[in-house]
Amino acid sequence: MTVRDALNSALDEELARDDKVYVLGEEVGEYQGAYKITRGLLQKFGPDRVKDTPITEAGFTGIAVGSAFAGLRPVCEFMTWNFAMQAIDQIINSAAKTLYMSAGQINCPIVFRGPNGAAAGVAAQHSQCFASWYSSVPGLKVLAPYDAEDARGLLKAAIRDPDPVVFLENEILYGQAFPVTPQVLDKDFTLPIGKAKVMREGKHVTLVSFSKMVGYCLKAADTLAKEGIDVEVINLRSIKPLDKDTLIASLKKTHKMVTVEEGWPQCGVGSEVSALMMEHAFDELDAPVLRVTGAEVPMPYAANLEAAALPQIDDIVKAVKSIA
Amino acid sequence: AAAPIKVEVMPYKVHRIDAPSNIVETNVAELTDFYKLMYKMRRMEIAADMMYKAKFIRGFCHLYDGQEAVLTGIEAAITKQDSIITSYRDHCQHVSRGGSVLSLMAELMGKKEGATRGLGGSMHIYNRAGNFYGGNGIVGAQIPLGAGIALAHKYRGEKNVCITMYGDGAANQGQKYEALNMAGLWNLPVIFVCENNHYGMGTAEWRAAKSPNFYTRGDYIPGIKVDGMDVLAVKNAVAFAKAYSLENGPIVMEMDTYRYHGHSMSDPGSTYRTRDEINAMRTERDPIERVKKLLLSNGVDAGDLKKIEKEVKKEVDEAVEAAKTGTAPPAHWLWKNMYMDPAGAAMRGVLPGQYVVPEFDPTYAK
Repeated sequence: MTVRDALNSALDEELARDDKVYVLGEEVGEYQGAYKITRGLLQKFGPDRVKDTPITEAGFTGIAVGSAFAGLRPVCEFMTWNFAMQAIDQIINSAAKTLYMSAGQINCPIVFRGPNGAAAGVAAQHSQCFASWYSSVPGLKVLAPYDAEDARGLLKAAIRDPDPVVFLENEILYGQAFPVTPQVLDKDFTLPIGKAKVMREGKHVTLVSFSKMVGYCLKAADTLAKEGIDVEVINLRSIKPLDKDTLIASLKKTHKMVTVEEGWPQCGVGSEVSALMMEHAFDELDAPVLRVTGAEVPMPYAANLEAAALPQIDDIVKAVKSIA
Repeated sequence: AAAPIKVEVMPYKVHRIDAPSNIVETNVAELTDFYKLMYKMRRMEIAADMMYKAKFIRGFCHLYDGQEAVLTGIEAAITKQDSIITSYRDHCQHVSRGGSVLSLMAELMGKKEGATRGLGGSMHIYNRAGNFYGGNGIVGAQIPLGAGIALAHKYRGEKNVCITMYGDGAANQGQKYEALNMAGLWNLPVIFVCENNHYGMGTAEWRAAKSPNFYTRGDYIPGIKVDGMDVLAVKNAVAFAKAYSLENGPIVMEMDTYRYHGHSMSDPGSTYRTRDEINAMRTERDPIERVKKLLLSNGVDAGDLKKIEKEVKKEVDEAVEAAKTGTAPPAHWLWKNMYMDPAGAAMRGVLPGQYVVPEFDPTYAK
């Protein structure tokens, strides 16, 4: 099953399950999704449930949030997360804070979703990871699926959740197919928010990543295994809440950790993981926690420069070997 | 008291719609209710001003005195099943939607007895049960939110509107035009109420808006300009707008009004406008005096009005004193209601090792 089909089927099933759920965003209806995540949904559920919006992020995000305050369960698609910066005030000041400010009176059951992070050949304004930005905000939940199982289980959990969820997909993963068990295809399959998944067990070094970089870490682990380095790979799935316990348990086993992300290093997800390990498990560390991150530059267009700005499998291998 | 009285109000100015009649029907009972509510709003805001100056209230505090007829007229034309959302100038909505003066005063003073338990303060007061959605601190952000609340009404097939209030300052925000466009495209039952008090903070409307005719600024969306200092003009126009909106979609209302206080407590309100202007408003257009005159000319005894004033004053004074004796929210309330389902999240305090799983507890029983 491809990640695209996993997301599409999750939306389809949740629209069918609960008539308070509706989808809105640019090109989600008649165009059937800029990346075809909403393919066929307008035909099946009609224009009140699958609403095409004009290109006005601040406005339609505010409308989506207002409708969630009033009891609906919108799934608000951003064609890419880059465009959500036009609407970030509504996500943070309106969606994330109102339950707290209203003393528990008004909750905001909404999912903000779309592709995040680097795409291919689209340069600086369309290639950026927002995981660390949103994960710093109390009141938001931030999820980042890697494979088809994650995509289905986390999106269905996000739609059923009573709080605002920032759902960070990856364009390059949309077309990738992953094997899934029959359980994953169950219409009530959900994954717990706030729990990481150990993708591969190992005893020498822990690799921590999310989204597309999980695949890179698994490939790096294969390469390292041939050289006798046994790597544990953790897929965070949930950036907020962050599953500190799973990270610490792994560190207690391997005593070494490398974080991998496409986003910039300063105040990145890796910075947070690194700080947490120092605060909570300093005595378990046999080496400094290392970060493999996107280079600290706006994304360039040329293919060779773009590759140089992003973590490659070889970079991960090098970082692990430097402390293994 | 129920005998009909006909009053001629200032003719409405309109944009792309036929004006409703400017002959408004009322009666002594209704006018008395208006008088009571507006007088209460006025006393509340004056009390807030005094408590702020006496340092019982901190932070930002935006007062509504002068603008009472707008909200009072709106409430007279809609029901509690209709929704209201507004900016940070929200004290009076709390009371008009069913909240007590005590819970307002306690909130302003940051007490646990407050409307939002001391967590929201002056700018963030809500009443979900009364369909009041706050209390929003970011100028203009409440406008698309209001359109979204209207979308929910329509989605569920309810015959209700969302009154979306903003000032002449917010009327120039880009997201207002985004919300107008989508509300128009989708025929949302939203009434955009621009309370034009003529100054966005200290910037006069004509210095901020190329066209200060706010009732026409919806372009393709009809608009109506109302004397916002006349509660009867407001009531009549909002009833007209609600009927229109349920049938046809959005409408813009410009309420010509005036705030007596400065923008907020840090603004004496006198550097960008003249004392003469403020005094002229108070003597010639005051919304409470207007109702008082109507009541007196329709045979109500001045003593009866004095009685109302005394009762309201007493209620407000007692609320202020009771709020002062309230208690600060307990420290562990810091961690309540960040999430409805905290999903086991442990949120960090100031120091390493200080972790708390936030609790969903809208009752604040503990």
